[in-house]
Amino acid sequence: METIIETKKLNLWYGDHQALYSVDVEIQDKEITALIGPSGCGKSTFLKTLNRMNDLVESCRIEGSVFFKGKNVYGDKVNLTELRTRIGMVFQKPNPFPMSIYDNIAYGPRLHGVKGRKKLDEIVERSLRQAAIWGETKDCLKKSALGMSGGQQQRICIARALAVEPEVLLMDEPTSALDPISTGKIEELALELKENYSIIIVTHNMQQASRISDKTAFFLLGKLVEFGDTEQIFNSPNDKRTDDYISGRFG
Amino acid sequence: MRKFKEFILNTGMRLAALITCGLLAFIIGNILLRGVRYITPQLLTTQTSYLNDTIGILPNILNTIYIIIVTMIIVLPIGIGAAVYLTEYASNRYIVSIISFATETLTGIPSILFGLVGMLFFTQLMGLKQGILAGGLTLVMMVLPTIVANTRESLLTVPNSYREGALALGSGKWHMIRTVVLPNALDGILTGCILSIGRITGESAALLFTAGFGLRLLSFFNALQSSSATLTVALYIYANEHGNFNVSYAIAVVLMLITLLLNLSAARITRKIKDRRNG
Repeated sequence: METIIETKKLNLWYGDHQALYSVDVEIQDKEITALIGPSGCGKSTFLKTLNRMNDLVESCRIEGSVFFKGKNVYGDKVNLTELRTRIGMVFQKPNPFPMSIYDNIAYGPRLHGVKGRKKLDEIVERSLRQAAIWGETKDCLKKSALGMSGGQQQRICIARALAVEPEVLLMDEPTSALDPISTGKIEELALELKENYSIIIVTHNMQQASRISDKTAFFLLGKLVEFGDTEQIFNSPNDKRTDDYISGRFG
Repeated sequence: MRKFKEFILNTGMRLAALITCGLLAFIIGNILLRGVRYITPQLLTTQTSYLNDTIGILPNILNTIYIIIVTMIIVLPIGIGAAVYLTEYASNRYIVSIISFATETLTGIPSILFGLVGMLFFTQLMGLKQGILAGGLTLVMMVLPTIVANTRESLLTVPNSYREGALALGSGKWHMIRTVVLPNALDGILTGCILSIGRITGESAALLFTAGFGLRLLSFFNALQSSSATLTVALYIYANEHGNFNVSYAIAVVLMLITLLLNLSAARITRKIKDRRNG
């Protein structure tokens, strides 16, 4: 297994409040890594440092480094467009653009200068197939994406992220706004996608983490408490706090 | 006692509503009654001629359209640009709040003051002749706040999740604004435009000293630099200088129709955009 993302002594502040404390983690390629922990523990914040979405937060300050394939994401000559193309993201609330399904998927490729109907048609079909939503959308590609159900919207968002052929897919609680059946579909999809992509998923759902992830990272109050194989974390955690959280004693 | 109070309140409110509606009906009815019969093809399609002793308001209709075009062409890029800057780029909250306060205050200034400033600045200082250009520039100052405020409000209603979605796909800031933010703010921007056009159509005080009183039929480019009265100014001229109230009422009818048309189209455009967006 190859390391695809590595953080070293990653500290992060929002104004005066420190949200991450010296996080060191190595994430493997073509695996699903779950980030768990109680609300406000910094797992979403950590996720957003990986594709620099925290840049949008004005008061945010970062120390330490994040290496993506050996290159520091916070280095001087980083091209944000390239970075965010290679590290795609799916958000907690499905956020398709208020345009047609087709235009949603084609947004990324068009951004990178892909023109030509045929090429775009191909990409749209491939992405929707990969996101397991081709069957439901192939007859209504021209319809607004906002007309779809929440679960379908989320898979459209996944397809949209896949359309630019990323290497890593960040998922920020992608199923927390969805019903159990849609959640099941997304989980199944994640397991399929890990053949070709590395997936890092933030989840509040312990079962979800144990069902789909290979590795699990447990965050508490901005610190990475424990990181290891999911089986080991859930069956025989080394840290007492992990044990307490997993067995539901707090959080 | 309590029932009585309620009765009084109830009647009072009904009365207030009745007065409001009645007033509107009275004004519209009065204008229609006095004006409609003086609207003739000749009035609408010719210019006033002293030799033939006929009156025509075609030049004024055209001047109104000219001044709308001039004003909107200048005000839209400035207004939308300012609104985009204030909502999407400016990071200093203090400055943003000062600018918003300034734009809000600008809307409350009586239009005759804009006319005065426009005359002093555009015609005397910058040496423009009285005409559509000087008048248009004056109106730009006047409707700029409306455009900025409406665009800003509309930009603020675009959910942040759209912005995040676009940025997470690698979009740059301007590309994001162009492809995701502005298209979704279009209804507010259009509403601002139509409100502004309404205001331009109805404005007279600010134009008296800047666009002038000219009643001759002119082409667009000639009108820019020669005295040209819009419909509202013409209404004033015919009523005040010619004592011809019939023509004034006819102009009033035309103005009312334009206003009605603008309001209807505003409502329609907004509805259409909403429909399309929600598929």
